[in-house]
This record gives sequence, structure tokens and C-alpha cells, in this order.
Amino acid sequence: MHEISLGRSVIRIVEEEAVKQAFSKVVVLRLEVGALSPVEPEALAFCFEAVAKGSPAEGARLDIIRTPGLAWCKTCATTVPLKARYDPCPHCGGHQLRIEAGAELRIKDMEVE
Amino acid sequence: MMCTVCGCHDHDHDHDHRLIAVEQDILGKNDAYAADNRRLFASQGVFALNLVSSPGSGKTSLLVRTVAALKDKMPVAVIEGDQQTEHDAERIRATGVAAHQINTGKGCHLDAHMVGHALEHLPTLSGGALFIENVGNLVCPAGFDLGEAHKVVILSVTEGEDKPLKYPDMFAAADLMILSKSDLLPHLRFDTAACVDFARRVNPNIEVLTLSAESGEGFAGWLEWIETRRAHCD
Repeated sequence: MHEISLGRSVIRIVEEEAVKQAFSKVVVLRLEVGALSPVEPEALAFCFEAVAKGSPAEGARLDIIRTPGLAWCKTCATTVPLKARYDPCPHCGGHQLRIEAGAELRIKDMEVE
Repeated sequence: MMCTVCGCHDHDHDHDHRLIAVEQDILGKNDAYAADNRRLFASQGVFALNLVSSPGSGKTSLLVRTVAALKDKMPVAVIEGDQQTEHDAERIRATGVAAHQINTGKGCHLDAHMVGHALEHLPTLSGGALFIENVGNLVCPAGFDLGEAHKVVILSVTEGEDKPLKYPDMFAAADLMILSKSDLLPHLRFDTAACVDFARRVNPNIEVLTLSAESGEGFAGWLEWIETRRAHCD
């Protein structure tokens, strides 16, 4: 997925918060990126610096928290851990899976001054 | 004392840091615009489809034939997304159907905000169908909800049958996969069964139609799919 647009969305949220919560600079920005979300954390971190220029997030440290993936396997009738989207069920090897957790893509919190 | 934020401990300074809980979805803004579009479509009984594929899969040819078949039965319009040019919208308008072209410039996908504004340029489609042809790109449009009833992914049989495995996000996001240019199948070594199997690995529920916008084979099935789904979206 397009990490630059996502980076810009992050900056837009930061700018809105800066007005609402009256701060001028973000020191640390913590994102939750699930193992099954369609985002490359490295690509996001790479473009973040560029899109943050001139915003309150310029120079902020970006912490990306990876949350684990879980899916419901229809065949096994149980919740199974999933390392990556489109991996087969680790028990039965099937693909009848419905993702239950790990698709998150959100700003968790930030330290500001 | 060591500062827990920047790790410095060799000088005195006052950071005055505050922790702000945000807990906001990064795509939240797009999702909110998509929800607005969806509400508008529901209030007017508009059936909206978001067509996604690689460049060159035949999306516009598919649409030209589709809108020509539907335009006397219901109000129909098309939103075209491309980086540049008005070419696709002109091809649609040549059929007598309203079309609005969005040029994304450097952008690689349509978002719900662009679609909301594009609707201002189109006639009201009460009880009709809106086709949104996304920018030809099998990656980025997967993550951006436009407010559509369904994403339809088009894969031409001149491409590799393993594309669902190579670009799984798009096939996981779509409800229907159309295998296009089927009139060329006799000249190719495209393994349709393998392609469907790959698509169902990433999306067990995906429906599949095979058709040709050139010869018209399989087209009745596509029009029927639209009719059935449109009836269900009320």
C-alpha cells in the first residue's frame, strides 16, 4: 500500500491534535502496525521523515509497535497465530482463515512538548 | 538523571513532555469520507462498484460495453481515475453516458475524498449504477475504501495467473475477480483453474467470472451479477 499517503494521514492527525491539545512539537510518535496490516513498517519509517518536514512531527522519533496476527481457522474451528497475511493455517495448512487481530494501523499515542 | 525521551544525561534541560493518547486509525479520515459516500449512495439507491486492476487489463473496454448495455435500463455514470489525460472519460462519453475524469497527478490511487468531489460533477443516479475505474495499480488502491458496494478486480488472461499470490492485498479486498480478454485464451498458456485456486487462497469467498469485452462471451453473466448484487444492496 502507499506509505506516502499513509505518512501524510499520520501528519494530518498530528496537526489536528496540535491545535486541539496546544503543543508545537512531537518528540516521540508511537504507531501500532499489525503484522497482517498491508503496510511495510520500513517503508513507512523511510517516508515519514520526508512527509514530517515543516510539521510539528518534524524530527520526531517514530516508534512502530508490531502487533501479532491472529485468525479464526474454519477447518480447525479455533483461533490460530498467523505470521503474515495469506500464510496457511499453522495446524491444518488450509486457507479458510478469517483475520481476528493484527490488521491494526493506528496512532497509539505521542510525547509532545 | 537520564532523560527517558532523548536519552541525554550530560546536560540539564527541561523537556516538559506530555503524553497524549491518540488511538486513531491512520486511514480514519479516508474511512469517514467513504462512509459519507456510502450514505449518499444508500439514500439515492445507487449501486457503486470500484474497479481495480493493473494498467492494461481492459477495465475501460469492459466499462464501455457494460454502460452501453445498462444505460437504457437505469441511470449510469462513470468516474475515471488516471494519473493524466481525459482519454478514458472521453471513451465513456462516446457511449452517451456521463463520465468524470479524476487526474491524480503524482497519486497512485483514488481516495474517498476525490470521489466525493467527483460526484458533484455527475448527474444524480437515483436507483442507478456508478462505476469507479481506479488508477491502474494492483497495490495501493487495495487499502482505500471509496464507499463502494464491492471492489471488483480485473485480471486479463494475458497476465500471469499467479498475480493473486503476487499482489494478494487486492484480491483479498475484492468480492469479484473478472478474468478478462477470454477470447485470447486459445492463444495463451493461461491456467484458469490455477488462477482461481490462487485467488481463493488469499480470499476463500471471492467470486469469479470469465469474459471478453471484445467478443461479448461471458458478458451476460457479468450483467446478471450486477443485477443480482444491485437488488441486494437496497
